[in-house]
Amino acid sequence: MIPGQKNPTNMEEFLEGIWKQNPVFVMVLGMCPTLAVTVSAMNAVSMGLATTFVLVASCLLISLMRNIIPKEVRIATYILIIATFVTVVDYLIQAISLAVYDALGAFIQLIVVNCIILGRAEAHASKTPPVKAVINAVGMGLGFTIGLLALGGVREIFGAGKLFGFSLFGPDFQPWVVMVLPPGGFFVLGAWLLLFNWIDSRKAVKSPLPLGEG
Amino acid sequence: MSDAPAPITPSAAMIRTLALVATICGILIVSAYQGTFDAVQANKKLALERAVFKVIPGAARVSEFWASPAGLQPAAGAASEGGVKLYAAYDPTGALKGIAAEGAAKGYADVVRVMYAYDPAKQAVTGLGVVSMRETPGIGDKIYTDQAFLKNFEALDVKLAADGKALAHAVKVVKHGTKQNPWEIDAIAGATVTTKAVGRGINESAQRLLPLLAPHLDTLKEGK
Amino acid sequence: MSESLSSIFVGTLLANNFVLAMFLGLCPFLGVSARLNTALPMGAATTFVMVVASLCAFALNWLVTQFHMEFLRLISYIVIIASAVQLVEMFLKKNSPTLFRALGIYLPLITTNCAVLGVALFQTAREYNFLQALTFATAGGAGFTLALLLMAGLRERLNFSTVPKVVQGTALSLMLAGLLSLAFMGFAGLGAGE
Repeated sequence: MIPGQKNPTNMEEFLEGIWKQNPVFVMVLGMCPTLAVTVSAMNAVSMGLATTFVLVASCLLISLMRNIIPKEVRIATYILIIATFVTVVDYLIQAISLAVYDALGAFIQLIVVNCIILGRAEAHASKTPPVKAVINAVGMGLGFTIGLLALGGVREIFGAGKLFGFSLFGPDFQPWVVMVLPPGGFFVLGAWLLLFNWIDSRKAVKSPLPLGEG
Repeated sequence: MSDAPAPITPSAAMIRTLALVATICGILIVSAYQGTFDAVQANKKLALERAVFKVIPGAARVSEFWASPAGLQPAAGAASEGGVKLYAAYDPTGALKGIAAEGAAKGYADVVRVMYAYDPAKQAVTGLGVVSMRETPGIGDKIYTDQAFLKNFEALDVKLAADGKALAHAVKVVKHGTKQNPWEIDAIAGATVTTKAVGRGINESAQRLLPLLAPHLDTLKEGK
Repeated sequence: MSESLSSIFVGTLLANNFVLAMFLGLCPFLGVSARLNTALPMGAATTFVMVVASLCAFALNWLVTQFHMEFLRLISYIVIIASAVQLVEMFLKKNSPTLFRALGIYLPLITTNCAVLGVALFQTAREYNFLQALTFATAGGAGFTLALLLMAGLRERLNFSTVPKVVQGTALSLMLAGLLSLAFMGFAGLGAGE
């Protein structure tokens, strides 16, 4: 956020999570699900949407209750609320598609300990009126989903020759199997970060004013 | 923040807030559970049917049972001690089409879970499906893409020994291209560990299930 | 199906290493692994909490299943883990100040470590019995410590080499972790048995 600017507009709140503070690429938070479930684009999107739902719902509730939660027990309260919404989303996914549920496995329930959600609750929702908190949470959630998709898409294209299950290169394609295995997750995220570092350093060279660190 | 030098909140207020939050959370969880219960059960049934119908083509209805030394029980009750789960599949006329059960064994990366179909008339395994596995893509997944390997499970002999307590011949995985007997599984070259896990999973499960099942086959045939 | 204890131990320690193959506990893995001398106490503290969490989760799962309240499982796990960490912290502070000084600062961090909740959730999903769960938690913690130590060693060596500016930071750590993970894949198949 630009210093000195006290009241960000709704648009800025929304864009913060998508670009400037992208949870995957800039803050590098919530790594467990980021790397574990992104073997395909479909998994990535499901996980992203599930996390977004939990994020938005918890931020809304926490923001509504921000004035009656005593600060001594706030973390306990936040965890309780987050765990509730994760349980809700767990049942929702089971009801919508068992195939997705099996693919994501225990990582749906591990959304509870995703640092993004507790971080947003503590740093933002507990101090912001509901509308802005929700807008910010939606932006963060979308940013997370986009990040997951960028990983899952690349891994599925190289590792299986498909995108969202559709074959891209025909039957002669030899998949680059390591991409859908655990090391591939580390490599692809590392490569994305490299790319962003490189873009940043190019910008820093071109612009007359030195830019701060991402 | 408005409460800058805030005094310590009284315990009563803390307890009140926590109780309020807990109530809200409780209501949310229970309503989500109740609201999705039917859909989840329907989904689970559908997934199970799909898995069973894949290994027993032509079946139209599935019933779950627990087989244990005490006899056969419908799966609605609690799991019985030492019991093995089995799925009886019936064709549209209600005749017993086959029996499916799950086997599992440690593979290359993690546990490989398979479902196999058992044909009581032929006393043989007649189909194989994979329930879950994390084997290397392109190598381990040959256990469900390699047609030559799947041929092993068109009639894999699992006859009971004369005393009815174990299989006459244990299911065995042999080196690629050396299958000689109907109870042997021809391994996939290059994916031996995974194929051996499939063999061990089926053997372990069949050794336990079939002796328990044999005295009660007629109950299953009546389609209860 | 019953997996043997040794197969669970070897599998969880190496082939299915919590950090390098299952991606659990990545935040501390990338955050605290810069130096060797903090890596060991951090690993030890996490292992300890994982074992405690695993025991609590085992008891809770029995209770929750007994009363058919599976929908409360997740929420009770997270509450019990957070409370257990608090209790352990208070107990250590009172009874063993030396140990507390060594582990104390890491304990609060561990509550939100996904490896801890992961142990509880995975042992439930795999229907491990008591001994299996205990082995699983111990091996998981040991695997976490091992990965942390290896990574810290690598990163200390890196301090002495020239790294292009673009690569510095998280990107480099991730690439290193990828290489380690690739090396650990060589352990796959261990404990598959014959």
